[in-house]
Amino acid sequence: MSAPHDLPRWADVGLIPLINLLAALVVSGIVVAFIGENPIEAMMVMIKGAFVYKGSLGYTLYYATNFIFTGLAVAVAFHAMLFNIGGEGQAYLGGLGAGLVCLMFDSVLPAIVLLPLAIIAAAGLGAVWGAVPGYLQAKRGSHIVITTIMFNFLGASIMVWLLAGALKAPGQMSPETRVFSDNATLPFIHEIANAIGWEVARSPLNLSFVVALLACVGVWVLIWRSRLGYAIRATGHSAKAAEYAGISVSRVLIITMAISGGLAGMMAINEILGVQHRIVLNFTSGYGFTGIAVALMGRNHPVGIILASLLFGALYQGGAELDFEFSTITREMVLLIQGLIILFSGGLAYMFNKPLARLLAMILRGKRQTEAQHG
Amino acid sequence: MAQPNEKPSGETSLPLAIDLSNINKRFGDVHANKDVSLQVVSGHIHGIIGENGAGKSTLVSILYGFYTADSGSIKINGVATPIVNSADAIARGIGMVHQHFMLVPNFTVLENVMLGHEGGLRIDVAAQNARQTLEKLSADFGLDVDLDMIIEDLPVGLQQRVEILKALFRGAEILILDEPTGVLTPQETERLFDVLRALREQGVTVLLITHKLKEIMAITDDVSVMRAGQMVAHRKTFETSPPELAELMVGRKVVLKVDHSPASPGGDVLVVADLCLNSPGSAGALKDISFTLRAGEIVGIAGVSGNGQSELLDVLSGITPPSRGGFYIDGRYISRKTPANPAILRDLGVAHVPEDRHKRGIVLPFSAAESIILGYSAASDEGEGWWLSPETLDTHCRRLMQDFDIRPPNPKLVSGNFSGGNQQKIVLAREISAQPRLLLVGQPTRGVDIGAIEFIHKQLIALRYAGCAILVVSVELDEIMSLSDRILVMNNGQLVGGLTRDEADERRLGLMMAGIGADDHSIWASR
Repeated sequence: MSAPHDLPRWADVGLIPLINLLAALVVSGIVVAFIGENPIEAMMVMIKGAFVYKGSLGYTLYYATNFIFTGLAVAVAFHAMLFNIGGEGQAYLGGLGAGLVCLMFDSVLPAIVLLPLAIIAAAGLGAVWGAVPGYLQAKRGSHIVITTIMFNFLGASIMVWLLAGALKAPGQMSPETRVFSDNATLPFIHEIANAIGWEVARSPLNLSFVVALLACVGVWVLIWRSRLGYAIRATGHSAKAAEYAGISVSRVLIITMAISGGLAGMMAINEILGVQHRIVLNFTSGYGFTGIAVALMGRNHPVGIILASLLFGALYQGGAELDFEFSTITREMVLLIQGLIILFSGGLAYMFNKPLARLLAMILRGKRQTEAQHG
Repeated sequence: MAQPNEKPSGETSLPLAIDLSNINKRFGDVHANKDVSLQVVSGHIHGIIGENGAGKSTLVSILYGFYTADSGSIKINGVATPIVNSADAIARGIGMVHQHFMLVPNFTVLENVMLGHEGGLRIDVAAQNARQTLEKLSADFGLDVDLDMIIEDLPVGLQQRVEILKALFRGAEILILDEPTGVLTPQETERLFDVLRALREQGVTVLLITHKLKEIMAITDDVSVMRAGQMVAHRKTFETSPPELAELMVGRKVVLKVDHSPASPGGDVLVVADLCLNSPGSAGALKDISFTLRAGEIVGIAGVSGNGQSELLDVLSGITPPSRGGFYIDGRYISRKTPANPAILRDLGVAHVPEDRHKRGIVLPFSAAESIILGYSAASDEGEGWWLSPETLDTHCRRLMQDFDIRPPNPKLVSGNFSGGNQQKIVLAREISAQPRLLLVGQPTRGVDIGAIEFIHKQLIALRYAGCAILVVSVELDEIMSLSDRILVMNNGQLVGGLTRDEADERRLGLMMAGIGADDHSIWASR
C-alpha cells in the first residue's frame, strides 16, 4: 500500500526544495528586518554580489566547485546508506596528496604530466581517508558517522604536524609549504578566456570547475549505468537483498567510501592547485561539512548537486558582499542565513511534504469534480 | 468444526456493535475503500475476507483510528462516533490484536498488559490492581497465562493471548483480530478459536480479518467479502461455501486444487549431510539436518514459523555458511571450510525465492527492470563489461513480464508499487528464467492473492516436470500438502520426521510440527 502522503516526483524534486529555500529566505528576511535593515534591499545586494558585480560570478562558481566535489562525495556514500561526515578530513588529506606530488616533482615534470598526477594523488589520499572508516564500518561495525568525524580530527592534526614541521618552507614563520612552480598550477578561467580573446574579469575560478562538472557526469554514470552502481544502490536500499543477490556488502561499503573520499579529496585541487599554489592550514574551511547540506538539498543527484552548489556558492559570495555593504550585517549574520537555509533544506527538508501533498490532492480532487460536472 | 448458528436471522432486529456506512478512503490515486458499509451484530464473530490489497486493513485501520476516513460515518453501539486516533477507539471499547505483536519482549506478561496504564506514582500498587483484574479476566474467558513469565520465553500462541488480554484489560467489547493465525500451528489455532468462542459467550463482538477461507467457515457467524476496495457481499456463514467465497473474493471461478500427478524423480541434486548451524540464541539453530532432494521432485518443509526453516534456506542458498556438516549440490561439497556465497551457488544452478520478498527478494525502490536482475546483475547478457545497458534491461524485463503475466507490464514502475502477487511473480520470473537445477522456495504465496497463487503453483509444478529439484518451505499446510511429493517436518531446528504425499494429513503434520508423537520416519528422510 502506498504511503498516505506520496508526492508526485516533479513536486518532490522541483517544488519542495524551492519552498524550503523560500521559507529559509522569509525567516532570514524577518531576522534582517529585526536588526533594522530592509530585507529586500539586502536580498538585492546579495544577488548583485553573487552574480552581477564584476568578477562576482567567477567567485560564485569557484565556491560552487568546492561544493560540487564535497556534495558528490556525500551523495555517493549516501546511495550505499553511508553517512560520510568526513568530507572535511578527506579533502584536507587530498590536499596533502596533491601538494606532495607538486613539491616533489614540480621542477622535473611538465604540467601535462604533473597536474593529472597531482589530481590522482589528491583523489587517492582522500580515498584512503574514506576507505579506512569504510573498512571499520564493514568489518568491525564501527559506526561510520563516529569514525569519519574522528578521522577529520586525525587529518587536521596530521596536517598541522606536517605544515609546522617537515613540510614548512625553509626560513619561514607561517605553517605552510613553499609555493609551487608555475607548471604545478591549474590555469584560471579568466586567463584561458583572455587568451582566446574573451574579456573576463579576474576571479579564482579555475579549470577545476570543469573537472567538477566531469565528476558529476562520472558519478551519474557510476550510480545509474554501472554494475558497481547497481551493487551500491542495492546495498543502500536493502543490505539483505544485496546479501541474497551474492553482492559482498562489506566490499561494496569499502569501495563506496573510497570513491566518496576520493571525490572529497578532489576538492583540494580547486584550492591547492587552482588558487593557493601551496598547502596552507585549514584550506578546507568547512566546505566538507557544507557538502552534506548540498547533497541533501540536491537529493543526491548530480544535477541537483550542481544547482545546490550554485546556490551555496552564491550565498558565500553574496554573503561576503552583504557583510561589506551593511555595517549592521556582519559575517556572523551571513552565517546565520546560511544556517537557516541548511536547516530548512536539510533538517526540515520534509516539513512541507504533508501539507503540499494535501494541497495537491485537494486541487486534483477539485479538478476531477469540475471535470465530472462538465462531462 | 463449524458451530451451528443458533442466532435468528432477520438482522434488523439485532443490536449492531459496529455500523459503518459509505466509508471512503483515498491514498493519492488509489481508492482503498470505496463506499464501504459494514454491519456487525453485537456478540457475533464476524469475518472479513478478501485478497491482499482488497482494503481490509485500511478499513480496520479506520475503525481503530490509524487513518481517518475521507467520508462516511461510524456508529459504535448505535452512537455516531468520530474516531480520529486509537485513543478514541479504545475509549469506545474497541481493541485490536495486530498481525505483528506489539509486546516488549523482555517484560513480563503483567508489565506488558499494564504498559501505559500504570496510573499514579507507585508501580507496585498498580501491579496489584492489574493482577486482580487480569486474574478475573483469565478465569472468565479461559485465557490462562502465567502473568510473571517473560514474553520472549512464551510460545507465539501464548503471546497472542497476552495481546488479547491487553485489549480486554483496556475494556474492549469489540475485538479486532488481524490475520491472527499466520504464526500458529493448527492446534494453537484451534485453541485460539476456543478463546474466541468463550469471548462470544460473554458477549464480546469479534471482528476477524483473514484471507483463509477455512477459518471463516470454522468460526464466524457472518462474513463480509471485500474486493478491490469495495464490499462485494455479506453472507451468513452457514448459508455460504468456500467455493462461493473464493469466487466472490477473486471475481471469477478459481481452481483451488493443483493438478499433481506422481513424480518420476531422477538423480540426486541436493544431498544435505549432518548440517548444523549454531546461533547465539536458542532459536534459529539447526541440528544434524540430513535429507536428499532428487531432480524432478518437490519436497515440502512444514513447520511453525521460527523453527529453523528460514535458517535452512539461508544456509542452502549460501547466505549463511553452515557451522558443521554441509551439503552437496550435484556432487560439489559446501561446508564451513569450503563455503560458497549466493553468487557461486547461482552459477551451480541454485535459484532461490526468498521468504521475505520485501527485504530480500526485490529492492522496493528499484524499478521492476532493476529488481528482475537482482542476483544476476553481473551476468554478461545485461550489458557489457562494467556497464549495464538500460535498453537490454528493459527488453529483458518486458519479455519476462509477458511470460509470467506480471501486471502492469511496465519495467519502469517502482517494484514497491506492484501488488504482492505481482512482486512475487517478478521474483519467480527471475529465478525460474535462470533455468535452475535446484529451486529453493520460501513461502511461495505469502501475501499473494488467490488468482496469483493458482498461477504460482502451476509454474512450480511445470518446473518440476522440467526436471528441476524444488524445496518448498511454507507455513501454509494446505500449500505444502497440495504441492509436495514428500513432506519433511521441522521442529526446533531439527527434522522430526517425514511423510509421503499420501500419508500426510493435517492432524499428523500438526502433531509433528508441535514436536509431539512424531512417528519415526527419520530413516526415510535421510539418505
